Amino acid sequence: MAIPISYNIRNLKLRKGLTIMTALGIALTVTTAVFLMALLAGLKKAFVSSGDPLNVLVMRKGSTAELSGGFDASLFGTLKTLPGIATDNQGQPIASGEWVVVAVLPRKDRTGEVNVSVRGIMPAGLTLRPNAKLVEGRWFTTGQREVVVGKSIHDRFSGTQVGDMLDFARGQWKVVGVFNSGGTAYDSEIWGDLNQVAADFDRQGGLGSAYLRATDAIAADALKNRVSDDQRLKLEGHLETEYYEKQTSSGGAIKYIGFVVAFIMAVGSSFAAMNTMYAAVAYRSREIATLRVIGFSRPSILTSFVLEALLLSLLGAIVGIVLMLPFNGMSTGIGNQVTFSETVFSLQMTWSVVLVAIVFSLVMGLLGGFFPAWHASRQEILAALRG
Amino acid sequence: MTLTRFVTKSAFRNKRRSVLTVISITFSLVLLTLMMTVWHSWYIDKGSTESAQRLITRHRVSLTQSLPEYYREKMRTVPGVVAVAPTQWFGGLYKDEKPENFFAQFGTDPNEIFKIATDFKIPDDQLAAWQKDQAGAVVDSELAKKFGWKIGDRIVIKGTIFPVNLELNIRGIFTAPQPTITVYFNLKYLQEAVPFFKGHSGTFNILADSPDDVPKVAAGIDGMFRNSPEPTKTESEKAFQLSFINSIGNVKAFILSICLAVVFATLLVSANTMAMSIRERTREVAVLKTLGFTRQSILGLYIGEAVTVTLVGGVLGCLLAVVLIAGIKQVPGMGFFFLGMKVTWSTYVLAIVISGLVGLLSALFPAYHAAKIGIVDGLRHIG
Repeated sequence: MAIPISYNIRNLKLRKGLTIMTALGIALTVTTAVFLMALLAGLKKAFVSSGDPLNVLVMRKGSTAELSGGFDASLFGTLKTLPGIATDNQGQPIASGEWVVVAVLPRKDRTGEVNVSVRGIMPAGLTLRPNAKLVEGRWFTTGQREVVVGKSIHDRFSGTQVGDMLDFARGQWKVVGVFNSGGTAYDSEIWGDLNQVAADFDRQGGLGSAYLRATDAIAADALKNRVSDDQRLKLEGHLETEYYEKQTSSGGAIKYIGFVVAFIMAVGSSFAAMNTMYAAVAYRSREIATLRVIGFSRPSILTSFVLEALLLSLLGAIVGIVLMLPFNGMSTGIGNQVTFSETVFSLQMTWSVVLVAIVFSLVMGLLGGFFPAWHASRQEILAALRG
Repeated sequence: MTLTRFVTKSAFRNKRRSVLTVISITFSLVLLTLMMTVWHSWYIDKGSTESAQRLITRHRVSLTQSLPEYYREKMRTVPGVVAVAPTQWFGGLYKDEKPENFFAQFGTDPNEIFKIATDFKIPDDQLAAWQKDQAGAVVDSELAKKFGWKIGDRIVIKGTIFPVNLELNIRGIFTAPQPTITVYFNLKYLQEAVPFFKGHSGTFNILADSPDDVPKVAAGIDGMFRNSPEPTKTESEKAFQLSFINSIGNVKAFILSICLAVVFATLLVSANTMAMSIRERTREVAVLKTLGFTRQSILGLYIGEAVTVTLVGGVLGCLLAVVLIAGIKQVPGMGFFFLGMKVTWSTYVLAIVISGLVGLLSALFPAYHAAKIGIVDGLRHIG
């Protein structure tokens, strides 16, 4: 017969101080783990949602980032005529030749300068990014030194209000609008006219990349292969979704450090939990012996104490998760190793993060609780009763 | 029995509990030492005297813009400048994209780079051989060891930024005070292979007269090009490296919050142990009091006990941290950030002082309570 769980709950309540301190210790570990996981989840979300499954990104062969591309602008004419590209209402293929360059802007809170991606695009560049919606002002005019800024840029940098003049590259640029692409990597970019941007960064006559809008997902795949297979072009097609998925690797260092930190803290907490549980067992040895005398079996004593440890760690998990809740959605920037500039993303405490945190904490409880529980179930009844 | 003996004996009277506590604190202190080491090497350490004498100039707009190569001769005229060499990041792939095959490749001037990197050592004949072969390269000794490269070997590096693959002959192996995971090749080779890059260089490495001259040189160079179409940004080598770390995000806040969480967790663990241990010994306190121990001395005894346990954890934690840091350096892709990271004496001392303080704080409350108990109540207490 199993020992009722209310027995464990009452025991935890009886030794309030000890329970609270141990649970808090576990909670701190859980908080740290949740923080790191939420960081990675947010990062992943920002990148994964950036790509549009219909868009094919074309770069020079061998090039791994838009920034390091560069091919002759004359090739764009050939690209536009490839089959499978969607057309706009005037019958023109939806394709945009682009340059991504890096500009330096001072942070709003004056904590230094940050690299920001500036994207020079053709008018079709707006058509093939339907997710980017104007929230303020208007889009830039072709041929003018005008830019629209992503929402994250607008929030994090000074001088990015509509009507402000931004100073980068060879002079001043007028901010005419703010766009929101729903928390994707585009929100960390500044968009302007292709020729204006290329001229300022000495990139005339070439293109860094080209975006082609396919009619459907199958056509996108075919388009990608056609570009890559054409020997004359010396270009390579990538699905935009795949390109952004790769950039998630910018979080590699955080992932690794996060793992080390969480692991070490978890080991520490497990031992602390073990200590608490050993004390609980020692304190109640006569009680345990009595339970045995009444007829509870060794396995049920073992289960009961393991359950108690799990309850303790669950309490810690809940406290830890609640402690992190206020930080959910907080935005922060990370240096993107592919674009050399800052990408802003927000902490995302997704259900999977919460679930993993709970499991993580239960594992700590299990590790900390098993040996004391084993010890409890193995006690000599007579010795313990006399103890 | 002396008092110290009494304290150490009581600290380990419940062996299992003390060992578990020590392990728990050890792990926390490992993390703390690791974080403090990272902090020290990034934000406090000024680098070697040789490094403090070097500067790096890049395009003001961003690292991805290149500078005209003729800037080099202009820079020489700035007072305090001893030597200047162009350096261009090639960013190519060796074998594949795997992080364990990653290393830095820089195109530079074979005639001047080792006059700037004064702390790098290379045999004269190897240097001369490199200077003669335009497709030659010199490699870091650690890197040569890792890939099993020998002088005379040919390595192919696939271009990603530049539309060209480099076929380099290893002409020399240099040793640096700290591993650099770098291969240097002749910039001319790159410039001839890539026509649009002729006459350009991404960055310039500069040697100044003395570390004191570094700010003056930086201001001098940036002032010289301020109003040109390609303005520059010149920083000390250390500041340049730090800008990469800062780009990861708010690393300082990140490290600090982890440190705080760790210290607080250690405090809880230790306080928990002391509370358990003191509670069991209420009767013992009463006995000590009847023997004539004052409240203060009992308080002192218990605090000493807690400090002993946390100090043992602290020392073990420091030792384990050394092992851990050595391990992290071996992880592919991570090594770059941890190059030359070493636990300094000040970090050891700080970690151990913190562990002692944690012990002190954790024992204060339970020990104070225990010391306050009246003799009769204490003797009557059933533990």
